[in-house]
Amino acid sequence: MALIEVKNLEKIYFDGGVETPALRGVSFSISEGEFVAVTGPSGSGKSSLLHILGFLDRPTKGEYRFGGKTIDELSDIDLAKTRNKKFGFVFQNFNLLPRTNVLENVKLPLLYSELKEKVQEELAKKAIEAVGISHRISHLPSQLSGGERQRVAIARAIVQNPKIIFADEPTGNLDSKSGEKIMKIFQELNKIGHTILLVTHETYTAQYAQRILKMKDGKIANDVKVTNQRLVEKDGFIK
Amino acid sequence: MTLKNSLKTAITGLRVNKMRSALTMLGIIIGVASIIAVLSIGRGAQNLILDQVSGLGAKTIIIRPGREPKGPSDFSQLLSDSLKERDVKALEKKSNVPGIADLTPVLTTAESVNSQGETYGATILGASDLLSKILEIWPKKGRFFNNEEIKQRASLAVIGSEVKNELFGNSEALGKKIKIKSRNFKVIGVLPQKGQLSMFNIDDTVIIPYTTCQKYLLNINYYHLILVQAKSEEAVPEVEKDIKLTLRELHKIENTSKDDFRILTQTEIAQRVKTVTGILTWLLMVVAAISLVVGGIGVMNIMLVSVTERTREIGLRKAVGATNKDILMQFLLESVILTLFGGIGGIIFGVLLSFGATFSLSKIVSLGWNFTFPITGALLGLGVSACIGLVFGLYPASQASKKSPIEALRYE
Repeated sequence: MALIEVKNLEKIYFDGGVETPALRGVSFSISEGEFVAVTGPSGSGKSSLLHILGFLDRPTKGEYRFGGKTIDELSDIDLAKTRNKKFGFVFQNFNLLPRTNVLENVKLPLLYSELKEKVQEELAKKAIEAVGISHRISHLPSQLSGGERQRVAIARAIVQNPKIIFADEPTGNLDSKSGEKIMKIFQELNKIGHTILLVTHETYTAQYAQRILKMKDGKIANDVKVTNQRLVEKDGFIK
Repeated sequence: MTLKNSLKTAITGLRVNKMRSALTMLGIIIGVASIIAVLSIGRGAQNLILDQVSGLGAKTIIIRPGREPKGPSDFSQLLSDSLKERDVKALEKKSNVPGIADLTPVLTTAESVNSQGETYGATILGASDLLSKILEIWPKKGRFFNNEEIKQRASLAVIGSEVKNELFGNSEALGKKIKIKSRNFKVIGVLPQKGQLSMFNIDDTVIIPYTTCQKYLLNINYYHLILVQAKSEEAVPEVEKDIKLTLRELHKIENTSKDDFRILTQTEIAQRVKTVTGILTWLLMVVAAISLVVGGIGVMNIMLVSVTERTREIGLRKAVGATNKDILMQFLLESVILTLFGGIGGIIFGVLLSFGATFSLSKIVSLGWNFTFPITGALLGLGVSACIGLVFGLYPASQASKKSPIEALRYE
């Protein structure tokens, strides 16, 4: 069964009475364990798509099923719970809480779960270890490099072992070397079973995925399997 | 999110902006502190006055001329001349008011008293010898004038300790002449230090026969008040009733609302003091309450700024699973904690303030003004400050909770 299934998805923004269509009928499905990249020029609707798929926004029209349930059946509280337990988000500008150390940042999603404090601590430490920044655990985001910050954000995304990770231009604010390291982490996460949806405008970065959805003017122009996937060797990031 | 986690999050949020949190609290601190100070100082003042009133003795009744003033325009009634010799004569009759032990007419005036070049501004009390029995003041040296001397309008004076010190210093005062309004009085008694007794400060008083005072000092034929001592505390209501009946009959008053005299007992005076200080306390409380509201608006203002500033944080929290309720709770708790701590600070500050005020006032006026910890005020301040946090925090918190996660994440 497909993890994500969308049919004729449309999204129209209303800004002061002016209608701006962002998605004009998008249909596709993603199975569990896939690593999908969504590419396209800016304004092609890829961010809008990610927001809807990530339950941060609701579609104007069309059907979106996640794990067999349509978004229309879910209340705002259900959406929040799903985001908490089944989704992980990684953003271009990291979005870490300032003046809050690495451990507390990674623990943030757990605060909204019903897990016991001891379990929270364990899970957070495990996630921090998985992205290889245990030595920075009590540092503040301002004391970390861009690559390290993004790794903290990834640790935060995987702390509850989510079904799917949404990454919105995760390498956009990083130099190519740090960016590469981040992509390696995503590939290894994918290898151990996480479904990943990556939004990027760089074709180079998209090559790390197994499948690329090319978007143009709010529609999917191309849905291709990556034949020459950029593979990275297991280098100990993910245990 | 559990309440414990919400609390932690809220406290962290406040600690990140220590200076701002402290300044916001200041408004609440000042408001609560003024409530505490007003309540505490008000209570202290009330107790002080009540203590002095009770110095008069529970058996004492004061009859004043004129009717109860009904308003500010009614003050002329205070200067009424309705109490005269015939009233005293009637009240002295056992058949009229059996419960009276002693009574004396009283006249009061302020004059400067001279002796051998020394001058002192004293209170002159014209009374009968029974004043000493009613107020329980006995000369430590010499004697009081007697009934015979009163009838003769003798120029004799019994002086308070302060008057004696100022005019004669350490030298002997008995037998010396003092001059009041160009009339010579012979000092026949010196009173011990007594302090404030109800409306009289006995120490700076010169007591002379009321007849002398009436004729030579004031040139009037009425009295300022009549001081009555009942036989016992229990007899006071009965005596009060009998006095009213006697005077009404004498003055031919049929309608009680036209009474041309007023009767004050200690209970009534205490009641009046409580009413007056109560009104004052309430007035000041209103002022303090206004400052609390202003403080509350300050809290709301800062919370709104904080919500706008932390738009991204709100978006992120929502993205990782916070519900609207979680965000609402976080910001509401922040403002309640802010005002609650402000309240606690205000209580501490207010208690210190009123303690300091009480201490310095009791030093300045050298009176036994006791500090009372205002428990009611403290609880009230705490409750009110928490409520202010709730009321003024609700709007910013609901604004925060309504933010859409993507709008919030996009916010720069």
